Amino acid sequence: MLWDIIKAFVIGGAICVVGQLLIDYTKLTPARILTGYVVAGVILSAFGLYKPLIDFAGAGASVPLTGFGHLLAEGIRKSLDKDGFLGIFTGGLSAASAGISAAILFGLLASLLFKQRDKS
Amino acid sequence: MATKIDRGVFLTDKSPAIVSCAAFVGSKEGKGSYGSYFDKIVEDSHFGEDTWEKAESRFQLETVSAALRKANLTKEDIDIIFSGDLINQCIGSSYGLRELNIPFLGLYGACSTMAEGLLMSAVFTDSGVAQRTVAVTSSHFSTAERQFRFPLSYGGQRTPTSQWTATAAGATIVDINGCGPRIAGGCIGEIADLGITDMNNMGGAMAPAAAETISRYLSATATTPDTYDYIITGDLGTVGSQLLIDILLKQGVDISANHRDCGVMLFDNDKQDTHCGGSGCGCSASILNGYFIPKMKKGEIKNILFAATGALMSPLACQQGESIPSVSHLVNIKMGE
Repeated sequence: MLWDIIKAFVIGGAICVVGQLLIDYTKLTPARILTGYVVAGVILSAFGLYKPLIDFAGAGASVPLTGFGHLLAEGIRKSLDKDGFLGIFTGGLSAASAGISAAILFGLLASLLFKQRDKS
Repeated sequence: MATKIDRGVFLTDKSPAIVSCAAFVGSKEGKGSYGSYFDKIVEDSHFGEDTWEKAESRFQLETVSAALRKANLTKEDIDIIFSGDLINQCIGSSYGLRELNIPFLGLYGACSTMAEGLLMSAVFTDSGVAQRTVAVTSSHFSTAERQFRFPLSYGGQRTPTSQWTATAAGATIVDINGCGPRIAGGCIGEIADLGITDMNNMGGAMAPAAAETISRYLSATATTPDTYDYIITGDLGTVGSQLLIDILLKQGVDISANHRDCGVMLFDNDKQDTHCGGSGCGCSASILNGYFIPKMKKGEIKNILFAATGALMSPLACQQGESIPSVSHLVNIKMGE
């Protein structure tokens, strides 16, 4: 258990460090880094490189945005096997549906429960 | 009547006087290094209103009212008001000032608006078109952040070169017959653009504009930096300030000893995590009207160059890959002889 947490922390942290370095040393905007991470996850997954990382680090690799990219790619791969050509269109969002629905629901709940406030 | 001494550079004839000024700031600004100098620290970022846009309008109105009160003037005594802000169509100004019924000229100079308003005030009063004018501007963190960057609830990281938009307003009343520090001359800035496309490095984008304006004014008036107690820029922040000093040094002009930047001054950057400092129209407006002009009235400062700097991009243009055009306008304020 402790060893799992350490692995997740180190790998997840390392992925975030890359993002921080991109913010500090390049002109990439956060939005571009964010979408870049998703695309990178898709590409890594396509080459079969991301699954081993998740097997090793668990949430450390699945929670960052690269994990979302991996989820899309995996979903498409699976439904392509199952449904054929149509799976290219249905697989990604089907696999990510829990995450997307949760994001919308919790976003809505937060906006109902809390008032937007300024930062300080 | 003001006279031209070089392209875009003029000296006033009757040296219009700054008879009153006021600066209102928000809570974070009030906790900054110069918090004790402002007329009022408004702790509620909504200023009692239900939106931040209305709050910014109220900032302008209350700041102008305070400046009028300090000089025992009423709104009927003002011939023209010059105002601008950062919200689309400058609604901070038009909604804020609509109940005053003062002839109004709206300005858009982004964060250079305070200097632009003072230039207009100087020329309009010196030419006899107006006896008394007000120059006012404001910015609000929560309106500018949503206008130019992200929704407030977005939890993104801020980049190291980013600056913090000040919640603040400053107003200056200029009177051709009054007494007080006088506007001796001014320099209208050129649009400078060295191709910086990073919206989070506005100090770097604006520094060349400030350098060009300051150097043109110094050479037109045949003065050197040590003629002035302070050479004040608007909101270059720490990165932009260093760049400005470097650019001018290359031209053989050393302003490092008396240069001050309102963006660096406004917040306590170490404690308040504002990265490169403050920005926004209200940043230089509040420091000028809260700190420098009152110090001049007390006789502690005699002669300053105030060069507010503005980045003239729109979020849309930047998303389309356009670089950031910048401008810096300058006024020379002196205690009268």
